[in-house]
Amino acid sequence: MAVQIPFATISQVHQTAVIEDVFFTGLLQHCQVNDKDPQWLQNVRQSAKSWLSTLSVPNRKDEDWRFIDLADLTKGKFVASLAEAKDHSPLQETKNSRLVFFNGTYSAELSDISALPQGVYIGDINSLPIEYDANKYFAQSHGAQDAFTSLNTAGGNSVAVVWVNKNVVVETPIQLVFITDGEKASTFTQPRILIVAEANSSISLLEEYTGVGEYFTNAVTEVFVKDNARVNHTRLQQESTASYHIGKTAISQSRDSHYTISEINLGAKLFRHNPEVLQQGEHTESNLNGLTIAMEEQTSDTHSIIALTKPNGTTNQLHKCIVGDRAHTVFNGKVFVTKEAQMTDAVQLNRNLMISPKARVDTKPELQITADNVKCAHGATVSQLEADEIFYLRSRGLNQNDANQLLIDAFAAEIIDRIAIESLKTRITATIKQKVSN
Amino acid sequence: MSETILSIRNLTANVDGTPILKGVNLEIKEGEVHAIMGRNGSGKSTLSKIIAGHPDYEVTGGEIIYQGESILDKEPNERANSGIFLAFQYPLAIPGVSNLDFMRVAYNAKRKYQGLEEVDTFDFEDLIEEKLEVVKMNPSFLQRSLNEGFSGGEKKRNEILQMALLNPTLTILDEIDSGLDIDALRIVSDGVNQLKTPEKGYLVITHYQRLLDYIEPDFVHVMKDGEIITSGGKELALELESRGYDFLDDKSTAGVGV
Repeated sequence: MAVQIPFATISQVHQTAVIEDVFFTGLLQHCQVNDKDPQWLQNVRQSAKSWLSTLSVPNRKDEDWRFIDLADLTKGKFVASLAEAKDHSPLQETKNSRLVFFNGTYSAELSDISALPQGVYIGDINSLPIEYDANKYFAQSHGAQDAFTSLNTAGGNSVAVVWVNKNVVVETPIQLVFITDGEKASTFTQPRILIVAEANSSISLLEEYTGVGEYFTNAVTEVFVKDNARVNHTRLQQESTASYHIGKTAISQSRDSHYTISEINLGAKLFRHNPEVLQQGEHTESNLNGLTIAMEEQTSDTHSIIALTKPNGTTNQLHKCIVGDRAHTVFNGKVFVTKEAQMTDAVQLNRNLMISPKARVDTKPELQITADNVKCAHGATVSQLEADEIFYLRSRGLNQNDANQLLIDAFAAEIIDRIAIESLKTRITATIKQKVSN
Repeated sequence: MSETILSIRNLTANVDGTPILKGVNLEIKEGEVHAIMGRNGSGKSTLSKIIAGHPDYEVTGGEIIYQGESILDKEPNERANSGIFLAFQYPLAIPGVSNLDFMRVAYNAKRKYQGLEEVDTFDFEDLIEEKLEVVKMNPSFLQRSLNEGFSGGEKKRNEILQMALLNPTLTILDEIDSGLDIDALRIVSDGVNQLKTPEKGYLVITHYQRLLDYIEPDFVHVMKDGEIITSGGKELALELESRGYDFLDDKSTAGVGV
């Protein structure tokens, strides 16, 4: 491929590392080979393992990791552990269309996919019928070789697959929920999702992370949106505030496809998400909506890459952060418009609301354009609650807290309103209210 | 005999250390409409914000007594809930806050303050529908974000709608007429007049006499340089209209007693 897009992989390679990374090696010891995996998958895992042995955990000298400190994570001793499946209150819209995983293990009794139509496969990769060529997709996304993604590929023991056949429109939203219980042991889990939306198909899905106690989630989701397909994706991260979450969402889009992600980041002590979109066909549309709420001592970092490589593509990104207490949020958004990507339209905006003087925001929108006939705009703002707006609300009888809350809700609502699942909006709004007022 | 609603005595105030009110005296009784006129920068809008409790202004002396109690130590929301309403000269637009939700929250804040049960979404919608008639407002405005994309006239109508809903005892209209065309001015003033009852008091702040053709004052005061320099009946407004504010420059501060 002629295009040189520095997806996280490429900048993370430590070719010279000869000593195996202690942290990665330690984690891999706890990862058991799943002997039900097809041979090709075992091979992919094995080669990821060899590749990983040449890599080390990124540190602050790496440009893409300079805003956050992984030292606290790498000091942790995480092990694989089992947890008893507990009921997780399902959403009205997805109660018959969801897969539930506890500590990385699929829970058949809490999962229910009875509402799904013909033409869509949802389940473990090992039960995937032979006619689905998953080997052409799994770990084949751009950026699949970065350190944490390789760790997931090498040591994962299950892959959740959502595969929508050609021309199939799935009206019911699908939910994949990963629950981790780290109360008995510091737990390490590696959720992995493969989504393939074939030509002219349409799907809406919710990927959700939640848990209790101390644990480390290293999640990877690969999404392939084929010609003229539509995927509406919500990624809800509500991990325990004692946990670490590193996640990658790699999206490959073919011509005329539409992809929308709404990432809502509420939990984790240390959180990092890399949404990486690669437009590989003409007239492709990508929308990235983000909302991060960080309070107390949370660190929450979203590093996105959007690569427009074909003509007439559009992308619209709005990432918002609410930062309080001594929390820290990071946004780094790179947009690449290659020479071939003429007549493209790219908009990127990061807005930050600081509700405490001790909070910290780092923001770095970046635009790299080599095409000459494009429309691109990007920007970042950092603001506080406006004293005049608060006075206006208080002059109508709202107390200080209610006035603040109303303004914070309003800031968040712009993203929440873009979520496709109604009952989820209500739930997220209530969670944010509780989180910010605590 | 009618009761005094608001009594301001020797009020002085600073903003960022600069004196901006230099001894204001004003008394508003039940059923009275008082107008304050003056040039820009005379302190008339400042006075309205201080009564409502704006935190940017520091009261350095004097008193504001509302319904027999000093309100200087009260928070803006306590003042609002006890019946003081300020219609803003420039109402703020707040994207993401729905007009309907905002009004429901405000209405319930007052109910709670009064020890009454809060009203639910459905009952509130019925209530607000009735009030829309006062300012001839289209119900679609309720679904929009607070004042976002509203024209000047729509914003002012929205202020009067809030006033109709909150039913204040003391209403302060801060240059409610600025930027309004004649039709909007008529709708806004009609709204105010419909809501008028004998137990309420009004303070109408304006730069132009025109508004006072629609909202007829009992008393007119003129502010200059942080003080009320003269007071009179509604004929004073007409005099100001015909002679301009300049004639006050020669005049001594001997005012007509109220």
